Amino acid sequence: MGTNQAWKKHNKEIRPGIHITGKWHKNSYLIKKELGSGAIGTVYLCEWNGRTAALKVSDTSTSMTVEVNVLKSLEKVQGNPLGPSLVDIDDWTSPLGNQYTFYVMEYLQGQSLASFIRQQGKEWIGVFMLQLLEDLERLHQSGWIFGDLKTDNILVLHSPPRVRWIDVGGTTKIGRAIKEYTEFYDRGYWGLGTRRAEPSYDLFALVMVFLHVFYPKRFEKKQSSSQVFLINKINAVKELTPYRTVLRKAVEGKYQTSAEMRVEVINCMYHMQKMSRSRTNKNVQKSTSLPMLAEAGGITLLATMYYLLSLLL
Amino acid sequence: MKKGTLKQILLITDGCSNKGEDPAATAALANQQGITVNVIGILDDQTEQPEGLQEVEEIALSGGGVSQLVYKQVLSQTVQAVTKQAMTQTLQGFVNKELQQILGSGQSMEDLAPEKRGEIMEVVEDMGETCDLEVLVLIDTSASMHDKLPTVKEALIDLSISLNSRIGRNRFCIYSFPGKKKDIQKVFDWSPQLDAISTVFPKLTSGGITPTGPAIREAMYQFGRKSLRRSFRNGNEPGVEEA
Repeated sequence: MGTNQAWKKHNKEIRPGIHITGKWHKNSYLIKKELGSGAIGTVYLCEWNGRTAALKVSDTSTSMTVEVNVLKSLEKVQGNPLGPSLVDIDDWTSPLGNQYTFYVMEYLQGQSLASFIRQQGKEWIGVFMLQLLEDLERLHQSGWIFGDLKTDNILVLHSPPRVRWIDVGGTTKIGRAIKEYTEFYDRGYWGLGTRRAEPSYDLFALVMVFLHVFYPKRFEKKQSSSQVFLINKINAVKELTPYRTVLRKAVEGKYQTSAEMRVEVINCMYHMQKMSRSRTNKNVQKSTSLPMLAEAGGITLLATMYYLLSLLL
Repeated sequence: MKKGTLKQILLITDGCSNKGEDPAATAALANQQGITVNVIGILDDQTEQPEGLQEVEEIALSGGGVSQLVYKQVLSQTVQAVTKQAMTQTLQGFVNKELQQILGSGQSMEDLAPEKRGEIMEVVEDMGETCDLEVLVLIDTSASMHDKLPTVKEALIDLSISLNSRIGRNRFCIYSFPGKKKDIQKVFDWSPQLDAISTVFPKLTSGGITPTGPAIREAMYQFGRKSLRRSFRNGNEPGVEEA
Protein backbone atom coordinates (compact mmCIF):
# COMPACT_ATOMS: atom_id res chain seq x y z
CA MET A 1 0.00 0.00 0.00
CA GLY A 2 1.07 3.60 -0.36
CA THR A 3 2.63 3.70 3.06
CA ASN A 4 5.48 6.12 2.63
CA GLN A 5 4.51 7.04 -0.88
CA ALA A 6 1.53 9.17 0.03
CA TRP A 7 2.16 12.47 1.77
CA LYS A 8 0.68 12.63 5.22
CA LYS A 9 0.60 15.60 7.53
CA HIS A 10 0.77 13.78 10.85
CA ASN A 11 3.96 11.91 9.92
CA LYS A 12 5.84 15.17 10.04
CA GLU A 13 4.46 16.14 13.44
CA ILE A 14 4.63 12.90 15.41
CA ARG A 15 8.06 11.62 16.40
CA PRO A 16 9.26 9.26 19.13
CA GLY A 17 9.64 11.13 22.39
CA ILE A 18 6.74 13.54 22.01
CA HIS A 19 3.66 13.53 24.23
CA ILE A 20 0.17 13.43 22.79
CA THR A 21 -2.36 14.80 25.23
CA GLY A 22 -6.07 14.41 24.63
CA LYS A 23 -8.25 17.50 24.47
CA TRP A 24 -11.26 15.87 26.12
CA HIS A 25 -10.00 13.17 28.48
CA LYS A 26 -6.61 14.76 29.19
CA ASN A 27 -4.69 11.47 29.05
CA SER A 28 -1.09 11.90 27.96
CA TYR A 29 0.63 9.34 25.76
CA LEU A 30 4.39 9.17 25.22
CA ILE A 31 5.17 8.08 21.66
CA LYS A 32 7.83 5.33 21.63
CA LYS A 33 8.04 4.26 17.99
CA GLU A 34 6.06 3.69 14.80
CA LEU A 35 4.50 0.24 14.54
CA GLY A 36 3.01 0.44 11.09
CA SER A 37 1.34 2.66 8.56
CA GLY A 38 -1.54 2.14 6.17
CA ALA A 39 -3.65 4.05 3.68
CA ILE A 40 -5.70 5.67 6.41
CA GLY A 41 -3.33 6.31 9.28
CA THR A 42 -0.28 5.39 11.34
CA VAL A 43 -0.07 3.22 14.45
CA TYR A 44 2.47 4.08 17.16
CA LEU A 45 3.63 2.25 20.25
CA CYS A 46 3.00 4.50 23.23
CA GLU A 47 3.35 4.53 26.98
CA TRP A 48 0.73 5.75 29.37
CA ASN A 49 0.69 5.37 33.17
CA GLY A 50 3.56 2.88 32.88
CA ARG A 51 1.58 0.69 30.49
CA THR A 52 2.17 0.21 26.79
CA ALA A 53 -0.61 0.63 24.25
CA ALA A 54 -1.04 1.20 20.53
CA LEU A 55 -2.14 4.64 19.33
CA LYS A 56 -3.60 5.20 15.87
CA VAL A 57 -3.79 8.63 14.30
CA SER A 58 -4.95 9.86 10.90
CA ASP A 59 -5.19 13.08 8.92
CA THR A 60 -8.89 12.42 8.47
CA SER A 61 -10.60 12.47 11.84
CA THR A 62 -13.80 10.95 10.49
CA SER A 63 -12.11 7.67 9.59
CA MET A 64 -10.87 7.36 13.18
CA THR A 65 -14.43 7.83 14.41
CA VAL A 66 -15.63 5.15 11.99
CA GLU A 67 -12.95 2.68 13.15
CA VAL A 68 -13.83 3.27 16.78
CA ASN A 69 -17.46 2.49 15.89
CA VAL A 70 -16.26 -0.84 14.47
CA LEU A 71 -14.11 -1.65 17.51
CA LYS A 72 -17.05 -0.93 19.79
CA SER A 73 -19.37 -3.25 17.90
CA LEU A 74 -16.73 -6.02 17.74
CA GLU A 75 -16.35 -5.86 21.52
CA LYS A 76 -19.99 -6.90 21.77
CA VAL A 77 -19.46 -10.15 19.82
CA GLN A 78 -19.38 -13.20 22.12
CA GLY A 79 -16.39 -15.50 22.45
CA ASN A 80 -12.72 -14.88 21.72
CA PRO A 81 -12.04 -11.16 21.15
CA LEU A 82 -12.14 -10.30 17.45
CA GLY A 83 -10.00 -7.18 17.63
CA PRO A 84 -7.86 -5.27 20.10
CA SER A 85 -9.79 -3.70 22.95
CA LEU A 86 -10.39 0.05 22.87
CA VAL A 87 -8.74 2.19 25.54
CA ASP A 88 -9.45 5.80 24.60
CA ILE A 89 -10.53 8.12 21.80
CA ASP A 90 -9.66 11.80 21.78
CA ASP A 91 -8.48 14.83 19.80
CA TRP A 92 -4.98 16.27 19.80
CA THR A 93 -3.99 19.75 18.81
CA SER A 94 -0.44 19.68 17.48
CA PRO A 95 2.14 22.40 18.19
CA LEU A 96 1.50 23.64 14.63
CA GLY A 97 -2.19 24.03 15.47
CA ASN A 98 -3.54 21.10 13.44
CA GLN A 99 -6.24 19.01 15.04
CA TYR A 100 -6.04 15.22 14.78
CA THR A 101 -8.37 12.55 16.11
CA PHE A 102 -6.64 9.51 17.57
CA TYR A 103 -7.62 6.37 19.40
CA VAL A 104 -5.73 4.11 21.77
CA MET A 105 -6.09 0.36 21.87
CA GLU A 106 -4.59 -2.68 23.53
CA TYR A 107 -1.05 -3.43 22.27
CA LEU A 108 -0.96 -7.04 21.15
CA GLN A 109 2.43 -8.74 21.05
CA GLY A 110 3.16 -11.76 18.97
CA GLN A 111 4.78 -13.15 15.91
CA SER A 112 3.89 -12.89 12.25
CA LEU A 113 2.04 -15.80 10.71
CA ALA A 114 4.88 -16.49 8.26
CA SER A 115 7.68 -16.58 10.81
CA PHE A 116 5.62 -18.73 13.20
CA ILE A 117 4.85 -21.32 10.54
CA ARG A 118 8.46 -21.28 9.37
CA GLN A 119 9.72 -21.94 12.91
CA GLN A 120 7.06 -24.26 14.29
CA GLY A 121 6.21 -26.29 11.24
CA LYS A 122 3.58 -26.72 8.58
CA GLU A 123 1.14 -28.56 10.85
CA TRP A 124 0.14 -25.10 12.13
CA ILE A 125 -1.22 -24.09 8.71
CA GLY A 126 -4.45 -26.01 9.21
CA VAL A 127 -4.80 -24.88 12.81
CA PHE A 128 -4.53 -21.20 11.88
CA MET A 129 -6.86 -21.67 8.92
CA LEU A 130 -9.48 -23.09 11.27
CA GLN A 131 -8.95 -20.34 13.85
CA LEU A 132 -9.26 -17.63 11.21
CA LEU A 133 -12.34 -19.25 9.69
CA GLU A 134 -13.94 -19.52 13.11
CA ASP A 135 -13.32 -15.83 13.81
CA LEU A 136 -14.56 -14.89 10.35
CA GLU A 137 -17.73 -16.92 10.87
CA ARG A 138 -18.50 -15.08 14.12
CA LEU A 139 -17.69 -11.74 12.49
CA HIS A 140 -19.92 -12.48 9.48
CA GLN A 141 -22.71 -13.73 11.75
CA SER A 142 -22.71 -10.37 13.51
CA GLY A 143 -23.11 -8.52 10.20
CA TRP A 144 -19.53 -7.50 9.38
CA ILE A 145 -16.91 -8.32 6.74
CA PHE A 146 -13.25 -7.90 7.70
CA GLY A 147 -12.29 -6.38 4.34
CA ASP A 148 -8.57 -5.71 4.70
CA LEU A 149 -7.55 -9.23 5.71
CA LYS A 150 -3.78 -9.53 5.20
CA THR A 151 -0.68 -10.90 6.93
CA ASP A 152 0.15 -7.43 8.29
CA ASN A 153 -3.17 -7.38 10.12
CA ILE A 154 -2.76 -10.82 11.69
CA LEU A 155 -0.60 -11.71 14.69
CA VAL A 156 0.06 -15.06 16.35
CA LEU A 157 -0.14 -14.64 20.14
CA HIS A 158 1.82 -17.19 22.21
CA SER A 159 0.88 -19.86 24.75
CA PRO A 160 -1.40 -21.09 23.45
CA PRO A 161 -0.73 -20.01 19.87
CA ARG A 162 -3.80 -18.11 18.68
CA VAL A 163 -4.21 -15.81 15.68
CA ARG A 164 -5.60 -12.33 16.38
CA TRP A 165 -6.54 -9.42 14.16
CA ILE A 166 -4.75 -6.23 15.03
CA ASP A 167 -6.27 -3.65 12.67
CA VAL A 168 -9.95 -3.47 11.91
CA GLY A 169 -9.76 -0.41 9.65
CA GLY A 170 -11.30 -2.21 6.67
CA THR A 171 -14.18 -3.83 8.54
CA THR A 172 -17.37 -3.08 6.62
CA LYS A 173 -21.06 -3.82 7.15
CA ILE A 174 -22.30 -6.70 4.98
CA GLY A 175 -23.75 -5.51 1.66
CA ARG A 176 -21.75 -2.29 1.42
CA ALA A 177 -18.61 -1.41 -0.52
CA ILE A 178 -15.38 -2.60 1.16
CA LYS A 179 -13.90 0.36 3.03
CA GLU A 180 -10.20 -0.40 2.84
CA TYR A 181 -8.27 -3.12 1.06
CA THR A 182 -4.80 -4.09 -0.11
CA GLU A 183 -4.42 -4.94 -3.79
CA PHE A 184 -2.67 -8.31 -3.42
CA TYR A 185 -5.52 -9.63 -1.23
CA ASP A 186 -8.35 -7.93 -3.10
CA ARG A 187 -10.40 -10.01 -5.51
CA GLY A 188 -11.36 -6.82 -7.37
CA TYR A 189 -7.70 -6.21 -8.22
CA TRP A 190 -7.43 -9.75 -9.62
CA GLY A 191 -10.60 -9.25 -11.62
CA LEU A 192 -12.26 -12.10 -9.72
CA GLY A 193 -15.22 -10.31 -8.17
CA THR A 194 -16.71 -7.11 -6.83
CA ARG A 195 -15.75 -5.14 -3.77
CA ARG A 196 -19.14 -5.69 -2.20
CA ALA A 197 -18.78 -6.78 1.43
CA GLU A 198 -19.84 -10.43 1.54
CA PRO A 199 -18.30 -13.52 3.21
CA SER A 200 -16.70 -14.73 -0.04
CA TYR A 201 -14.67 -11.50 -0.17
CA ASP A 202 -12.90 -12.39 3.10
CA LEU A 203 -12.46 -16.04 2.08
CA PHE A 204 -10.62 -14.97 -1.07
CA ALA A 205 -8.33 -12.76 1.02
CA LEU A 206 -7.74 -15.67 3.40
CA VAL A 207 -6.30 -17.74 0.55
CA MET A 208 -4.02 -14.85 -0.35
CA VAL A 209 -2.86 -14.66 3.28
CA PHE A 210 -1.57 -18.23 3.06
CA LEU A 211 -0.08 -17.62 -0.37
CA HIS A 212 1.76 -14.61 1.02
CA VAL A 213 3.24 -16.83 3.75
CA PHE A 214 4.90 -18.95 1.06
CA TYR A 215 5.58 -16.12 -1.42
CA PRO A 216 7.08 -13.51 0.93
CA LYS A 217 7.74 -11.14 -1.97
CA ARG A 218 4.18 -11.60 -3.27
CA PHE A 219 3.67 -11.52 -7.05
CA GLU A 220 1.95 -9.32 -9.58
CA LYS A 221 -1.05 -9.68 -11.81
CA LYS A 222 -0.42 -11.16 -15.26
CA GLN A 223 -2.35 -10.33 -18.39
CA SER A 224 -3.72 -13.88 -18.68
CA SER A 225 -6.52 -15.39 -16.58
CA SER A 226 -5.96 -14.55 -12.91
CA GLN A 227 -7.92 -17.58 -11.79
CA VAL A 228 -5.63 -20.06 -13.53
CA PHE A 229 -2.60 -18.04 -12.46
CA LEU A 230 -3.56 -18.11 -8.76
CA ILE A 231 -4.48 -21.79 -8.81
CA ASN A 232 -1.07 -22.57 -10.30
CA LYS A 233 0.52 -20.53 -7.53
CA ILE A 234 -1.38 -22.59 -4.92
CA ASN A 235 -0.44 -25.88 -6.58
CA ALA A 236 3.22 -24.92 -6.62
CA VAL A 237 3.39 -24.77 -2.80
CA LYS A 238 4.16 -28.22 -1.36
CA GLU A 239 3.01 -27.27 2.15
CA LEU A 240 -0.45 -26.33 0.87
CA THR A 241 -1.01 -29.63 -0.98
CA PRO A 242 -3.59 -31.01 1.50
CA TYR A 243 -5.70 -27.85 1.19
CA ARG A 244 -5.48 -27.40 -2.59
CA THR A 245 -9.12 -28.07 -3.42
CA VAL A 246 -10.43 -25.89 -0.59
CA LEU A 247 -8.16 -22.99 -1.50
CA ARG A 248 -9.09 -23.30 -5.17
CA LYS A 249 -12.79 -23.21 -4.36
CA ALA A 250 -12.31 -20.10 -2.21
CA VAL A 251 -10.49 -18.35 -5.07
CA GLU A 252 -13.37 -19.27 -7.36
CA GLY A 253 -15.83 -17.83 -4.84
CA LYS A 254 -17.60 -21.16 -4.35
CA TYR A 255 -18.14 -20.79 -0.59
CA GLN A 256 -21.10 -18.77 0.64
CA THR A 257 -20.05 -18.91 4.31
CA SER A 258 -16.83 -19.45 6.23
CA ALA A 259 -18.52 -22.32 8.11
CA GLU A 260 -18.80 -24.16 4.78
CA MET A 261 -15.11 -23.69 4.07
CA ARG A 262 -14.22 -24.61 7.65
CA VAL A 263 -15.95 -27.98 7.36
CA GLU A 264 -13.96 -28.77 4.23
CA VAL A 265 -10.67 -27.74 5.86
CA ILE A 266 -11.50 -30.11 8.74
CA ASN A 267 -12.18 -32.87 6.20
CA CYS A 268 -8.82 -32.18 4.57
CA MET A 269 -7.06 -32.45 7.91
CA TYR A 270 -8.92 -35.64 8.80
CA HIS A 271 -8.05 -37.13 5.42
CA MET A 272 -4.42 -36.11 5.84
CA GLN A 273 -4.26 -37.69 9.31
CA LYS A 274 -5.79 -40.93 8.05
CA MET A 275 -3.30 -41.04 5.19
CA SER A 276 -0.33 -40.48 7.46
CA ARG A 277 -1.68 -43.01 9.98
CA SER A 278 -2.12 -45.75 7.40
CA ARG A 279 1.37 -44.94 6.14
CA THR A 280 2.87 -45.33 9.63
CA ASN A 281 0.84 -48.50 10.13
CA LYS A 282 2.49 -50.05 7.11
CA ASN A 283 5.91 -48.94 8.20
CA VAL A 284 5.78 -50.18 11.79
CA GLN A 285 3.45 -53.14 11.72
CA LYS A 286 4.89 -54.79 14.78
CA SER A 287 4.06 -51.97 17.12
CA THR A 288 0.41 -52.01 16.04
CA SER A 289 -0.40 -55.18 17.93
CA LEU A 290 -1.86 -53.29 20.91
CA PRO A 291 -4.38 -51.16 19.00
CA MET A 292 -5.23 -54.27 16.94
CA LEU A 293 -5.94 -56.16 20.11
CA ALA A 294 -8.13 -53.32 21.36
CA GLU A 295 -9.95 -53.21 18.06
CA ALA A 296 -10.55 -56.98 18.13
CA GLY A 297 -11.84 -56.63 21.70
CA GLY A 298 -14.19 -53.87 20.59
CA ILE A 299 -15.60 -55.97 17.78
CA THR A 300 -16.13 -58.92 20.12
CA LEU A 301 -17.94 -56.68 22.59
CA LEU A 302 -20.20 -55.32 19.85
CA ALA A 303 -20.96 -58.81 18.61
CA THR A 304 -21.84 -59.95 22.13
CA MET A 305 -24.21 -57.00 22.52
CA TYR A 306 -25.96 -57.80 19.29
CA TYR A 307 -26.23 -61.39 20.39
CA LEU A 308 -27.78 -60.43 23.71
CA LEU A 309 -30.15 -58.03 21.97
CA SER A 310 -31.30 -60.72 19.59
CA LEU A 311 -31.93 -63.01 22.56
CA LEU A 312 -34.16 -60.39 24.16
CA LEU A 313 -36.21 -59.98 20.99
CA MET B 1 -33.31 13.15 4.66
CA LYS B 2 -33.71 13.60 0.91
CA LYS B 3 -31.55 11.31 -1.13
CA GLY B 4 -29.47 13.45 -3.47
CA THR B 5 -26.84 13.11 -6.13
CA LEU B 6 -23.29 14.10 -5.37
CA LYS B 7 -21.38 15.73 -8.22
CA GLN B 8 -17.60 15.55 -8.41
CA ILE B 9 -14.87 16.58 -10.78
CA LEU B 10 -11.74 14.45 -10.39
CA LEU B 11 -8.76 16.25 -11.86
CA ILE B 12 -5.69 14.13 -12.51
CA THR B 13 -2.59 16.14 -13.35
CA ASP B 14 1.18 16.20 -12.91
CA GLY B 15 1.99 19.85 -13.11
CA CYS B 16 1.02 23.46 -13.10
CA SER B 17 -1.42 25.17 -15.35
CA ASN B 18 0.14 27.58 -17.84
CA LYS B 19 -2.76 28.95 -19.85
CA GLY B 20 -6.01 30.77 -19.15
CA GLU B 21 -7.68 31.74 -15.89
CA ASP B 22 -6.64 30.65 -12.38
CA PRO B 23 -7.83 27.06 -11.83
CA ALA B 24 -8.51 27.77 -8.15
CA ALA B 25 -11.02 30.43 -9.23
CA THR B 26 -12.86 28.14 -11.63
CA ALA B 27 -12.82 25.42 -8.97
CA ALA B 28 -14.46 27.86 -6.56
CA LEU B 29 -17.06 28.62 -9.21
CA ALA B 30 -17.78 24.91 -9.69
CA ASN B 31 -18.10 24.50 -5.93
CA GLN B 32 -20.68 27.29 -5.93
CA GLN B 33 -22.68 25.18 -8.38
CA GLY B 34 -22.69 22.25 -6.00
CA ILE B 35 -19.82 20.42 -7.68
CA THR B 36 -16.86 19.25 -5.63
CA VAL B 37 -13.43 19.48 -7.26
CA ASN B 38 -10.88 16.85 -6.21
CA VAL B 39 -7.31 16.83 -7.42
CA ILE B 40 -4.74 14.08 -7.65
CA GLY B 41 -1.21 15.19 -8.40
CA ILE B 42 1.04 12.50 -9.81
CA LEU B 43 4.65 12.75 -8.74
CA ASP B 44 7.64 11.64 -10.75
CA ASP B 45 9.86 9.09 -9.08
CA GLN B 46 12.72 11.59 -9.01
CA THR B 47 10.72 14.42 -7.45
CA GLU B 48 12.07 15.08 -3.97
CA GLN B 49 9.90 18.05 -3.03
CA PRO B 50 6.60 18.48 -4.86
CA GLU B 51 6.98 22.24 -5.22
CA GLY B 52 5.41 22.55 -8.64
CA LEU B 53 2.31 20.84 -7.37
CA GLN B 54 1.25 23.33 -4.72
CA GLU B 55 -1.50 24.37 -7.09
CA VAL B 56 -3.06 20.94 -6.54
CA GLU B 57 -3.93 21.72 -2.94
CA GLU B 58 -5.21 25.19 -3.77
CA ILE B 59 -7.58 23.92 -6.45
CA ALA B 60 -9.06 21.30 -4.11
CA LEU B 61 -9.35 23.78 -1.26
CA SER B 62 -11.39 26.27 -3.25
CA GLY B 63 -13.23 23.43 -4.99
CA GLY B 64 -14.42 22.08 -1.64
CA GLY B 65 -12.70 18.79 -2.35
CA VAL B 66 -9.76 16.62 -1.44
CA SER B 67 -6.25 16.66 -2.83
CA GLN B 68 -3.51 14.07 -2.70
CA LEU B 69 -0.04 13.78 -4.15
CA VAL B 70 1.04 10.28 -5.15
CA TYR B 71 3.53 8.27 -7.10
CA LYS B 72 1.94 6.48 -10.01
CA GLN B 73 2.45 3.02 -8.46
CA VAL B 74 -0.20 3.70 -5.83
CA LEU B 75 -2.59 5.65 -8.02
CA SER B 76 -5.44 3.10 -7.96
CA GLN B 77 -5.80 3.10 -4.19
CA THR B 78 -5.52 6.87 -4.07
CA VAL B 79 -8.12 7.56 -6.73
CA GLN B 80 -10.71 5.58 -4.81
CA ALA B 81 -9.66 6.94 -1.40
CA VAL B 82 -9.86 10.55 -2.62
CA THR B 83 -13.26 10.03 -4.25
CA LYS B 84 -14.73 8.42 -1.16
CA GLN B 85 -13.15 10.87 1.21
CA ALA B 86 -14.57 13.73 -0.82
CA MET B 87 -18.03 12.15 -0.66
CA THR B 88 -17.75 11.85 3.10
CA GLN B 89 -16.54 15.43 3.33
CA THR B 90 -19.43 16.76 1.27
CA LEU B 91 -22.00 14.73 3.18
CA GLN B 92 -20.43 15.77 6.44
CA GLY B 93 -20.83 19.35 5.27
CA PHE B 94 -24.59 18.76 4.89
CA VAL B 95 -24.75 17.11 8.31
CA ASN B 96 -22.80 19.98 9.86
CA LYS B 97 -25.35 22.42 8.46
CA GLU B 98 -28.15 20.41 10.04
CA LEU B 99 -26.19 20.26 13.28
CA GLN B 100 -25.81 24.02 13.31
CA GLN B 101 -29.56 24.38 13.15
CA ILE B 102 -29.90 22.11 16.15
CA LEU B 103 -26.88 23.15 18.21
CA GLY B 104 -26.61 26.79 17.15
CA SER B 105 -24.29 28.43 14.68
CA GLY B 106 -20.54 27.98 14.85
CA GLN B 107 -20.95 24.37 16.01
CA SER B 108 -19.53 21.58 13.91
CA MET B 109 -18.85 17.90 14.42
CA GLU B 110 -15.35 18.62 15.73
CA ASP B 111 -16.89 20.50 18.66
CA LEU B 112 -18.68 17.41 19.86
CA ALA B 113 -17.00 14.91 22.19
CA PRO B 114 -15.50 12.00 20.22
CA GLU B 115 -18.02 9.57 21.69
CA LYS B 116 -20.94 11.56 20.29
CA ARG B 117 -19.43 11.81 16.82
CA GLY B 118 -19.78 8.06 16.39
CA GLU B 119 -23.51 8.10 15.83
CA ILE B 120 -23.32 11.04 13.44
CA MET B 121 -20.64 9.28 11.41
CA GLU B 122 -22.94 6.29 11.09
CA VAL B 123 -25.50 8.54 9.44
CA VAL B 124 -22.84 10.02 7.16
CA GLU B 125 -21.66 6.51 6.22
CA ASP B 126 -25.21 5.44 5.43
CA MET B 127 -25.67 8.43 3.17
CA GLY B 128 -22.33 7.82 1.46
CA GLU B 129 -23.27 4.24 0.74
CA THR B 130 -26.70 4.95 -0.68
CA CYS B 131 -26.46 8.32 -2.42
CA ASP B 132 -26.09 8.59 -6.18
CA LEU B 133 -22.79 9.85 -7.49
CA GLU B 134 -21.66 11.54 -10.68
CA VAL B 135 -17.94 11.76 -11.36
CA LEU B 136 -16.41 13.68 -14.23
CA VAL B 137 -12.81 12.60 -14.62
CA LEU B 138 -10.63 15.33 -16.09
CA ILE B 139 -7.25 14.10 -17.27
CA ASP B 140 -4.28 16.29 -18.03
CA THR B 141 -2.76 14.90 -21.23
CA SER B 142 0.08 17.37 -21.62
CA ALA B 143 3.37 15.85 -22.80
CA SER B 144 4.79 14.91 -19.38
CA MET B 145 1.71 12.81 -18.56
CA HIS B 146 2.29 10.46 -21.46
CA ASP B 147 3.94 7.57 -19.61
CA LYS B 148 1.45 7.87 -16.75
CA LEU B 149 -1.69 7.37 -18.83
CA PRO B 150 -1.76 3.54 -18.74
CA THR B 151 -1.70 3.70 -14.93
CA VAL B 152 -4.45 6.31 -14.95
CA LYS B 153 -6.59 4.00 -17.08
CA GLU B 154 -6.08 1.09 -14.66
CA ALA B 155 -6.91 3.33 -11.72
CA LEU B 156 -10.17 4.47 -13.32
CA ILE B 157 -11.36 0.94 -14.09
CA ASP B 158 -10.53 0.14 -10.49
CA LEU B 159 -12.52 3.15 -9.27
CA SER B 160 -15.51 1.89 -11.18
CA ILE B 161 -15.23 -1.54 -9.49
CA SER B 162 -15.15 0.13 -6.08
CA LEU B 163 -17.96 2.58 -6.62
CA ASN B 164 -20.19 0.01 -8.29
CA SER B 165 -19.89 -2.14 -5.16
CA ARG B 166 -21.87 0.56 -3.36
CA ILE B 167 -25.63 0.47 -2.96
CA GLY B 168 -26.14 3.88 -4.61
CA ARG B 169 -25.97 4.45 -8.37
CA ASN B 170 -23.00 5.93 -10.23
CA ARG B 171 -22.34 7.71 -13.48
CA PHE B 172 -18.91 8.47 -14.88
CA CYS B 173 -17.54 10.35 -17.81
CA ILE B 174 -14.03 11.19 -18.91
CA TYR B 175 -12.65 14.33 -20.49
CA SER B 176 -9.07 15.15 -21.35
CA PHE B 177 -7.41 18.52 -21.71
CA PRO B 178 -6.12 20.29 -23.70
CA GLY B 179 -8.53 19.32 -26.46
CA LYS B 180 -7.78 19.49 -30.15
CA LYS B 181 -9.78 22.66 -30.77
CA LYS B 182 -11.65 23.23 -27.52
CA ASP B 183 -10.35 23.42 -23.98
CA ILE B 184 -11.45 19.89 -23.18
CA GLN B 185 -12.06 16.80 -25.24
CA LYS B 186 -14.69 14.17 -24.53
CA VAL B 187 -13.11 10.73 -24.15
CA PHE B 188 -15.98 8.77 -22.70
CA ASP B 189 -19.61 9.82 -22.31
CA TRP B 190 -21.71 9.47 -19.14
CA SER B 191 -22.05 5.80 -18.30
CA PRO B 192 -22.54 3.64 -15.19
CA GLN B 193 -19.46 1.51 -15.95
CA LEU B 194 -15.92 2.36 -16.93
CA ASP B 195 -14.93 -1.09 -18.22
CA ALA B 196 -15.29 0.03 -21.81
CA ILE B 197 -12.60 2.72 -21.53
CA SER B 198 -9.85 0.30 -22.49
CA THR B 199 -10.85 0.84 -26.11
CA VAL B 200 -10.93 4.63 -26.03
CA PHE B 201 -7.84 5.31 -23.97
CA PRO B 202 -5.12 4.76 -26.58
CA LYS B 203 -6.65 7.61 -28.58
CA LEU B 204 -5.29 10.19 -26.15
CA THR B 205 -2.64 12.42 -27.64
CA SER B 206 -0.41 14.51 -25.49
CA GLY B 207 0.13 18.18 -26.17
CA GLY B 208 2.30 20.92 -24.68
CA ILE B 209 0.04 23.38 -22.86
CA THR B 210 -1.89 22.86 -19.61
CA PRO B 211 -5.03 25.04 -19.50
CA THR B 212 -6.30 23.67 -16.17
CA GLY B 213 -8.52 26.64 -15.34
CA PRO B 214 -10.52 26.71 -18.59
CA ALA B 215 -10.74 22.90 -18.44
CA ILE B 216 -12.44 22.95 -15.04
CA ARG B 217 -14.87 25.61 -16.28
CA GLU B 218 -15.81 23.51 -19.30
CA ALA B 219 -16.09 20.37 -17.18
CA MET B 220 -18.56 22.14 -14.92
CA TYR B 221 -20.85 22.75 -17.89
CA GLN B 222 -20.93 19.03 -18.68
CA PHE B 223 -22.93 18.47 -15.49
CA GLY B 224 -25.07 21.42 -16.47
CA ARG B 225 -25.96 20.01 -19.85
CA LYS B 226 -27.00 16.75 -18.36
CA SER B 227 -29.05 18.22 -15.54
CA LEU B 228 -30.66 20.57 -18.07
CA ARG B 229 -31.73 17.56 -20.05
CA ARG B 230 -32.95 15.95 -16.87
CA SER B 231 -34.81 19.08 -15.77
CA PHE B 232 -36.51 18.98 -19.14
CA ARG B 233 -37.71 15.51 -18.23
CA ASN B 234 -38.52 16.05 -14.59
CA GLY B 235 -39.56 19.67 -14.75
CA ASN B 236 -37.50 20.63 -11.68
CA GLU B 237 -33.87 21.12 -10.71
CA PRO B 238 -32.64 24.22 -12.51
CA GLY B 239 -29.59 23.80 -14.71
CA VAL B 240 -26.40 25.53 -13.83
CA GLU B 241 -25.92 27.01 -17.27
CA GLU B 242 -27.00 30.50 -16.23
CA ALA B 243 -23.98 30.87 -13.94
